[in-house]
Amino acid sequence: MNAPDRAAAASVTRKSRIQAVNDFVIKFANVNGSGSASANELFARSILRMGVPVSPRNIFPSNIQGLPTWYEVRVTEQGHLGRRGGVDLMVAMNPQTWEKDIAEIEPGGYLMYDSTKPIAAAKLRADINLIGVPLTDIAASKYVDAKERQLLKNIMYVGVLTELLGIEPEVIAQLLGEQYKGKDRLIKPNLDAFMTGLHHARERLEDAIDLRVERRDAVGERIFIEGNAAAALGCVYGGATVCAWYPITPSSSLAEAFQKYCGKYRVDKATGTNKFAIVQAEDELASIGIVIGAGWNGARAFTATSGPGISLMSEFIGLAYFAEVPAVIIDVQRGGPSTGMPTRTQQSDLLACAYASHGDTKHVLLFPEDPYECFEFAAASLDLAERLQTPIFLMTDLDIGMNHRLCAPLKWDDSRRYDRGKVMSEAELEAGRDFGRYLDVDGDGIPSRTLPGTHATRGAYFTRGSTKDAYARYSEAGPDYIYNMERLLKKFATAAKLVPQPVIAGAAQKTSHGVIYYGSTSPSMNEAIDQLERQSVHLDRLRIRAFPFGPSVKKFIAEHEAVFVVEQNRDGQLRSMLINELQIDPARLVPVLHYDGTPITARFIVNAIASRVRGANVLPIKSGKAA
Amino acid sequence: MTYLAKPKLRHPTLPANRLGYTRRDYEGKISTLCAGCGHDAISAAIVQACWELAIEPHRVAKLSGIGCSSKTPDYFLGASHGFNSVHGRMPSVLTGANLANRDLLYLGVSGDGDSASIGLGQFAHLIRRGVNMTYIVENNGVYGLTKGQFSATADQGSKSKRGVVNRDAPIDMVAIALQLGVTYVARSFSGDKEQLVPLIMGALSHRGAALIDVLSPCVAFNNHLGSTKSYDYVREHNDAVNRLDFMPHREVIGADYAPGEVIEVTQHDGSRLRLRKLDKGYDAGDRLAAINHIQLHQARGEIVTGLLYIDPEADDLHDHLATSATPLNKLTETDLCPGAAALRALNAELR
Repeated sequence: MNAPDRAAAASVTRKSRIQAVNDFVIKFANVNGSGSASANELFARSILRMGVPVSPRNIFPSNIQGLPTWYEVRVTEQGHLGRRGGVDLMVAMNPQTWEKDIAEIEPGGYLMYDSTKPIAAAKLRADINLIGVPLTDIAASKYVDAKERQLLKNIMYVGVLTELLGIEPEVIAQLLGEQYKGKDRLIKPNLDAFMTGLHHARERLEDAIDLRVERRDAVGERIFIEGNAAAALGCVYGGATVCAWYPITPSSSLAEAFQKYCGKYRVDKATGTNKFAIVQAEDELASIGIVIGAGWNGARAFTATSGPGISLMSEFIGLAYFAEVPAVIIDVQRGGPSTGMPTRTQQSDLLACAYASHGDTKHVLLFPEDPYECFEFAAASLDLAERLQTPIFLMTDLDIGMNHRLCAPLKWDDSRRYDRGKVMSEAELEAGRDFGRYLDVDGDGIPSRTLPGTHATRGAYFTRGSTKDAYARYSEAGPDYIYNMERLLKKFATAAKLVPQPVIAGAAQKTSHGVIYYGSTSPSMNEAIDQLERQSVHLDRLRIRAFPFGPSVKKFIAEHEAVFVVEQNRDGQLRSMLINELQIDPARLVPVLHYDGTPITARFIVNAIASRVRGANVLPIKSGKAA
Repeated sequence: MTYLAKPKLRHPTLPANRLGYTRRDYEGKISTLCAGCGHDAISAAIVQACWELAIEPHRVAKLSGIGCSSKTPDYFLGASHGFNSVHGRMPSVLTGANLANRDLLYLGVSGDGDSASIGLGQFAHLIRRGVNMTYIVENNGVYGLTKGQFSATADQGSKSKRGVVNRDAPIDMVAIALQLGVTYVARSFSGDKEQLVPLIMGALSHRGAALIDVLSPCVAFNNHLGSTKSYDYVREHNDAVNRLDFMPHREVIGADYAPGEVIEVTQHDGSRLRLRKLDKGYDAGDRLAAINHIQLHQARGEIVTGLLYIDPEADDLHDHLATSATPLNKLTETDLCPGAAALRALNAELR
């Protein structure tokens, strides 16, 4: 039963109260910089330790201190990790956003607030349940220091919630112990504050909430990690040695995580030297320039950025494409255009990346759905960049990148070897093998390269962004230009075979409708498919994992009368690429677009698709074929 | 055909350096620049310096941006890898290349438009990071390939070929580099090979960021009366503070000079620089005095040349980043991949 249904059922008896076990949404409304983040995360983790999946999301402003920030936790025994929409329990700790926060609560839902000062009835709603806790009063009576009051107030409300929701207090105690390992003196005050909140609830708030957390074993082996951290780990495992970056939300934590993991795994124990180099560049132009210089010279290199960074890098991306230099660009997408919504999520850089730079270009894009694939695809992108000698874009977004997400444990096969691509060795050059830097010897469009310093007299060549012949000699001759441009297309066709292929899943019943989606839409789409099937709306589905598209994409579209293309941008960018690259009749591809900066929800997808499919299903009945 | 191959003739009497290479082994393709271009003289000086230093040609990586000067790496060191990158952005490409393999010599060649106009930002950050390289600015004050527009190094009051007078203040690459912490900086003139060759040798032997600003007249667009970057103007206003003799570490020095007239500097690699002072008061070890001297003379329309500052104990970006002695591009899976067991342990921490 979803929340509104539950509310309707409950309203028959008394003041409606949403009742749910392990399936609800709690949202914390806080002030940025007030220390709420760690308390809220502690809360989310405690539920996870009770064996119940959670899906938390930070909704934060572009600000250091003072502006509103929210933390939304979806408790979901069913494992629906997308954003649900609506709130069952609001923990309203920010007077600035009070009205908006109250309005978001589902009928029959709950409001927990600081009742130190009385709140006028007009500022409340009659159809919600109130849980007042005089947090400021309690904190003031216990702590002298103002900062301590603020920080421990947060832990205190975690204590209240623990009691009200039935979370095991031992779990919180254990998590606090882990969190402050090595800083033992911090454990006691936190634990005290937590118990204060817990006792307050036990003594004064009996049966205030009908939302419960009950121990299950529904998390299994899964891990809880942010996409940015997972992608950084993928770069470590994939052998990246050079990282150049410029701080930009939401990608900064990726470079910082790479620094952290390199510190853990890449420092030579004997000498104390680093088997990596990280440069915080002066801008994104320099970041990509450093990556290209390193790639040209045989080191695996990457940069992490977001939309505005892609715009700045575009000229260099064209150089790497045309001069055929390996590079990995991780684009943690945010809301555009321009500065756009820097702390909100979107999938709106597809066209900017797929065709980045002037002239005719096409680039390889990978679309991970979660941190697991962020890890896998980051490592794969380093192989692909060297195999294909071209920029590879890892297209993640803020929703995956900056939120902890439950995903399969990361895997690595120790027998795996890096694919360094076609690099001619000193021995091959010495043996007199013909070296044409841009010569396609075996028909896959990929030429061989040499690294600087390889051989005393053979294999040197001049890399340039201008036209050249197959032996890298400057040329303005039309046939030389055409040769390279056609070869680059051939190389792109080779790329289509090497990139992760789409994931296709059939509907429970035969259907003429399909849906295509990608990236962070995945969890909400999985949930939407379940809901639609219950409404007898059946969809075959295809999750795109890379561009160029493999042949299965065209086949999938051809097999359906209509295909919904679900995206988190305004213009249907993937849809445009499908039409452009596969020559699809636009009428067959129905855009479903969500782009207000919040993560797409199953509710949105269900509403958008169900009405249109039902409409379509009516037609045969009218024409007399049915009944 | 839009490139010119050079005939491979070897004169039997061409002298060989200690590795057995002749000057020919350090040459590149035939230049496509204008006859008399200062840049070609700089290319010849680079060839001479590399030959004298007996550098293995393939151990040099030469990088450039876009423009006349940036074309020149094709015209020297034909056995070296070259990279003609993006306008004004060679510094970042060079930085990345250097990070990937610390064992090669890096030579950046750029122009005044490439480095002082479009590329000033990257130039500044390359210098302040102390990237181990030699950076030569072939400075003529104009854009050649687009036919004679002023660049950011054009002097105030300097007149273009079309008669336009430049009103903007010039950017002095040397003064800026000094302020940004450059550890080897010189200014020279493409018409003075005797001065230039040892300066290049000293720069190639220097560990850290080395900059040589070489005035290199543009015969097509900036060699007329009223230009401050013409052959005649530079010759008349050249104010050399010292002459440099470069001595590889094995050579014994035996010349006699009066005390105070000669200073010797030993660099990291053991090479020695002998500075014969022309201006007795000039101290190439004093950064602030160097900036002061250059700007005082610049205001008088004089061009101060020579080795203007050196810190022989400089460190470089690799020192700052504590990178491994093995070049990063030589590291393998064994060095780089933490392996499955480490990942299993990490997974356990993430629950």
